[in-house]
Amino acid sequence: MAATGVKIRRHAPWTPYAFMAPFLLVFLTFVIGPALLGLWMSLHDWDFMLEYRPFVGLENYAALFDSTSAVFQMFWNGMKATAVFTVASVPFLVAIPLGLAILLNRRFPGRTLFRAVFFMPYVLGVAVVGLLFRFMLDPNIGIVNGLIDLVGLDGVLRSLGVDWPIPWITAQPWAWISLVAMTVWWTLGFNTIIYLAGLQDIPAELYDAAKVDGASGWQQFRHVTLPGLRAVLLFVVTITILASANMFGQALLVTNGGPGDTTRTALIVMLGEGLESFRMGSAAAMSYLLAVFLGIVSIIQVLAMRERRRPRWRS
Amino acid sequence: MLGRGMFWLFLAVLTVIFIGPIIWMFLTSIKTNPEATAVPPTFLPDSPTFGAYEGLLRLDGSYPVLRWFLNSLLAATLHMALVLVLASTAAYALARLHFRGRGVLFVVIVSTLFVPGFVFLIPNYLIIDQLGWLDTVWALVVPGAASAFGVFFLRQFFSMLPGELEEAALIDGANQWQIFTRVVLPNSKPALATLAVLSFLANWNDFIWPIYVLFSPERLTLPAGLRLLQGAYTTDYPVIMAGAFVASVPVLILFVFTQRYVIEGVSRSGLKG
Repeated sequence: MAATGVKIRRHAPWTPYAFMAPFLLVFLTFVIGPALLGLWMSLHDWDFMLEYRPFVGLENYAALFDSTSAVFQMFWNGMKATAVFTVASVPFLVAIPLGLAILLNRRFPGRTLFRAVFFMPYVLGVAVVGLLFRFMLDPNIGIVNGLIDLVGLDGVLRSLGVDWPIPWITAQPWAWISLVAMTVWWTLGFNTIIYLAGLQDIPAELYDAAKVDGASGWQQFRHVTLPGLRAVLLFVVTITILASANMFGQALLVTNGGPGDTTRTALIVMLGEGLESFRMGSAAAMSYLLAVFLGIVSIIQVLAMRERRRPRWRS
Repeated sequence: MLGRGMFWLFLAVLTVIFIGPIIWMFLTSIKTNPEATAVPPTFLPDSPTFGAYEGLLRLDGSYPVLRWFLNSLLAATLHMALVLVLASTAAYALARLHFRGRGVLFVVIVSTLFVPGFVFLIPNYLIIDQLGWLDTVWALVVPGAASAFGVFFLRQFFSMLPGELEEAALIDGANQWQIFTRVVLPNSKPALATLAVLSFLANWNDFIWPIYVLFSPERLTLPAGLRLLQGAYTTDYPVIMAGAFVASVPVLILFVFTQRYVIEGVSRSGLKG
């Protein structure tokens, strides 16, 4: 600010505020306001149907940790479903796009076209993807079992003791396999593009130097590509975990939370509690607890990536 | 390293995996229901029919897909316009004007990018209810319009524009509004187009929010309506796939024409990490 003293006055003092005002009005009403209101709600018995919303302090939070409360089972079942989905899908969504990005980073005709092809499913909405996969995964008439049958793999599966037709939606572990596979299909293009941007920032001289030193393809990957992508990898892992924690539409549309309650994710539980049972204080507490969990996971990741780096520099 | 033939074969297989389901959706929508549910499945329809679409696209039907389509189009367009206005004005102030609290304000706006979206759902529902906006298009258009990403993205772009453009306009006697609308915006078309496409796509595809804030069948957006359709015609797959395809066509067309911007925008959003 001090440096502006010598500059000529370019605008009236209120001009910047006039430019900021429309954004700030909406930002305060629908971003900052709700964040604070949510905290306030989580400290009250905020039943939408009641006239009074008595202050209950941390009771809504305590109930989530009290195994005798009504919400305990439901909430942690949801957290478990979200955790299972995250643990199962993140490795695929980190590794497969990395492989694809390395493939697409090679120079060949039509490279841009293939970038677009792999990204295309990402522009579809979850409602469309959910309906499409529900149809394709139908055990009797779905194309997935149809193709397995067509190539004769069903006999192999049967001899391995697999139920036929495969109940993709109505039995575990098939339901999780289906949800993870469709999510990978749907969102993989996003991470691929981010890796590609990262790969293009690695100087070609590093690869040339590695080749001169006689490094194999794998050694180049380990000692040039991976270190060069460290920041990008951290970003990809973080946003993929965040996106997995938001899992909602796939489970609602394809498995409807089933079989049993196994795919009823934290977000389905939270929105059911808040917008179907109208216990909004309890739902707000759930959302903050889940957000805190995610914050902790992110911090651990940043620390872990830092730790891993040190020995490499010393060696 | 892969051999040349293997490389192309691999890419071809991947292409089938990624485009195949979308084509399957369309092929099913032009089959008859008996053919769509036949075992073993046929690939190309024996006698293609647009019967599934005819029912869906009637405005007076009990499942007014055309009405949902228009609702989605209206909401996504208004939302996109609002995002562009709010984000560009704010980004202009943050990038090119000097005022007290500018740094703090920018940090606060960007830090909200790190708060997961579900935190806002429950309280925003309450605010929308208080405003009397439940079951109206405003519930879809306004709440997400203060895009922190949009402000961040445009601010970076505006900051990189050369100061000489501004100087010349100032000497010609232009005020800040004129500099903004006649110099900065016209020189930022790629960034504005990217943000426009991304915000349109996000609003068009949103699923969680519309299924809770909309109730009347005639006011639903396509994603929310598709859920009803699934319940109503659980086994009429051509009808369900036709509905899904109608919801996909605009975004697929938009993507085909703007994929350079979309992919660019996504890769830039990654560079902030």
